Amino acid sequence: MKVVIGQGSCGIATGAKKTSDAFERLVAEKKLKDVVVDKTGCIGTCYLEPIVDVYSDDGTLETRYVKVQPDKVERIVEEHLIGKKPVAEYAVAPEDEAFLAQQQRVVLRNCGVINPERIDEYIAVGGYEGLKKVVTSMTQDEVIDVIKTAGLRGRGGAGFPTWFKWNAAKQNKGTEKYMVCNADEGDPGAFMDRSVLEGDPHSLIEGMAIGGFAMGATEGVIYVRAEYPLAIARLEIAMAQARERGFLGKNLFGTDFSFDLRIKAGAGAFVCGEETALIASLEGERGMPRLKPPFPAEKGYWQKPTNINNVETFANVPWIITNGGEAFAAMGSEKSNGTKVFALAGKIKKGGLAEVPMGMTIREVIYGIGGGIKNDKAFKAVQMGGPSGGCIPADLADTPVTYEDISTTGAIVGSGGMIVMDETTCMVDMARYFLDFTKKESCGKCNYCRIGTKRMLEILERITKGEGRDGDIELLEELAMKIKDGAMCGLGQTAPNPVLTTLKYFRNEYEDHIYNHKCTAKSCKALFHFEITDKCVGCTKCARNCPVEAITGAVKKQHTIDQTKCIKCGKCEENCNFGAIVRE
Amino acid sequence: MTCKNHNCQCGGSAGQEFAELAPVLDQYAKVPGSLITILQKAQDIYGYLSIDAINYISERTGIKAAKIYGVATFYAQFRLQPIGKYLIMLCKGTACHVNGADMIEEAVTEHLNIKDGETTEDGVFTLNNVACLGCCSLAPVMMVKSADGDETYGNLTKDRVKAILDEIRAREA
Repeated sequence: MKVVIGQGSCGIATGAKKTSDAFERLVAEKKLKDVVVDKTGCIGTCYLEPIVDVYSDDGTLETRYVKVQPDKVERIVEEHLIGKKPVAEYAVAPEDEAFLAQQQRVVLRNCGVINPERIDEYIAVGGYEGLKKVVTSMTQDEVIDVIKTAGLRGRGGAGFPTWFKWNAAKQNKGTEKYMVCNADEGDPGAFMDRSVLEGDPHSLIEGMAIGGFAMGATEGVIYVRAEYPLAIARLEIAMAQARERGFLGKNLFGTDFSFDLRIKAGAGAFVCGEETALIASLEGERGMPRLKPPFPAEKGYWQKPTNINNVETFANVPWIITNGGEAFAAMGSEKSNGTKVFALAGKIKKGGLAEVPMGMTIREVIYGIGGGIKNDKAFKAVQMGGPSGGCIPADLADTPVTYEDISTTGAIVGSGGMIVMDETTCMVDMARYFLDFTKKESCGKCNYCRIGTKRMLEILERITKGEGRDGDIELLEELAMKIKDGAMCGLGQTAPNPVLTTLKYFRNEYEDHIYNHKCTAKSCKALFHFEITDKCVGCTKCARNCPVEAITGAVKKQHTIDQTKCIKCGKCEENCNFGAIVRE
Repeated sequence: MTCKNHNCQCGGSAGQEFAELAPVLDQYAKVPGSLITILQKAQDIYGYLSIDAINYISERTGIKAAKIYGVATFYAQFRLQPIGKYLIMLCKGTACHVNGADMIEEAVTEHLNIKDGETTEDGVFTLNNVACLGCCSLAPVMMVKSADGDETYGNLTKDRVKAILDEIRAREA
């Protein structure tokens, strides 16, 4: 028997390491010699972590246990591992299995299935077969053709055809070329790259080596964000194993093709997701974008031809080579082929990673897979594409998720973050949040981006504080257009998108803030106050928890709040067991 | 060994003071493009980048101290001030923001009396807001870094975050 505990960063955050330790301790104590305790990456159902899978000796999954805190371990060991009778009440519920059942897994095919720290498990599921096929039996052009047939487009945000970039880099003849992986997943709200790095690092290595062969590069660099220590550790293990088996290094599979990789840890700058900024950072400089052309395919890292793709793009490559470009193209919509991983988060019931064929509608993703909105509140909008993207309102939820359809809404597919918002999320505040982010992350090279984002942020701050002025909306629009035109790189050109989309779909909220001094979502502190309704039973709990003694009232009588003293900390609302405290 | 950097205030002692950093520079000083790696390793060793450390790196690599300072201040990861024993990395990513990260920050600020970037007087905690820890479905999230390793805490509430901080403090007492 094998007990496998999911240990990605999110699993560990919920206590998976402690669960794993408990299993190891008990298995040793009870001397269960035929039980192996192992780990795997993130399966994507983050809301059910820690997840424990029990496999029988022939490798079939017997039971999936969810939310296994250490206190549940003893019973599983006693009843299932020893007594051979699964503990039904800890097992995954059928409706949660639907989360996985509706997905089509290409990128995440091995995440949560194999042990990422053991290369044999990757090889056992067909790993490195694609690389072998490419190196021993295909030409560079044939590889590029397969990727072209597949219609694989960059999964990092822009959706640029991958074959085109590889081909451009291939055509630049030179002695040295570089294959770079952008694993600087800086988009707040997206974590699919982390999941692949932690759960299936070999698929990235294999994808990069295949790409390296196609463009004629012998050296690859993986630029990983420093905030992902576990990803870096697992990648290092995987690279060492691949080298040992001859999948990296000199003369792969006995051919003339040599390819090796190294890791470069990023140091925290969102702009480094822009490819020329990433190159500057790789060279040890401040990560500031450079003018294009020359494009990296011509003059990139150390002025040599360089190709940059993101993690998810590379993870698709081995599958495409093994299964053929047609099989990949058969999935998804007409122009957006294949699958896409979405990170579901925010006010959603079942948060996690979901990989679906392109072309599924937003509604299907949010309700079908994500289970709908937390606490059954009203679905208001979904933010896609992070700080470069925009908010798509609920009434456009039937938009298919393809590069083309999403851009017509003003948002972008981006790296695939989907932050779901409900009626309590203020859209002006969301715009303010993103501008605060881009203002901080602007590298400062272009005036419009450096100063323009700051000015936009100031206006948004004043609106959320209830100090909005007549003309602010128009000023925001004017600044937005000028920043779009005046910025050199993608960060600046897209920075106004969150403001423009919220203005497009939720202009009334801006107007409410400015002209009616009202926050529609009752979330901006300056624009609402707390009141106690007649639901109050006079339990005095709010009064006892109020830090400024603003609440008075006799026992068993309705309490009142002295608005002049209230600091709107929300402690009363948190503590009320009767829902008697409301925002007005 | 005397310090060759004319602006350096180290009084020629730079070489001796950085015994742990010296091997890093032996390896990377002459490898082009290694500045960020060197700074990361220096910060791992000393917890922050002191002016002396920057001057020493400058002396060994030949890169001007002003340029090193420029790189160090560009990236969010680098610190020019020492930090507490426990570094609280409070996630302010989108998912955390939507799920109340500001409230969690308020709780930390109230409880420890420090703001973003500050260290408690007893040197136990430093608070740093970070862009995204990538644990979005557990939002709001924080990571506490210390010499013993990193621990990530998800699904935080005001009370939970206070309890976690109290527990760490109790361990320290």
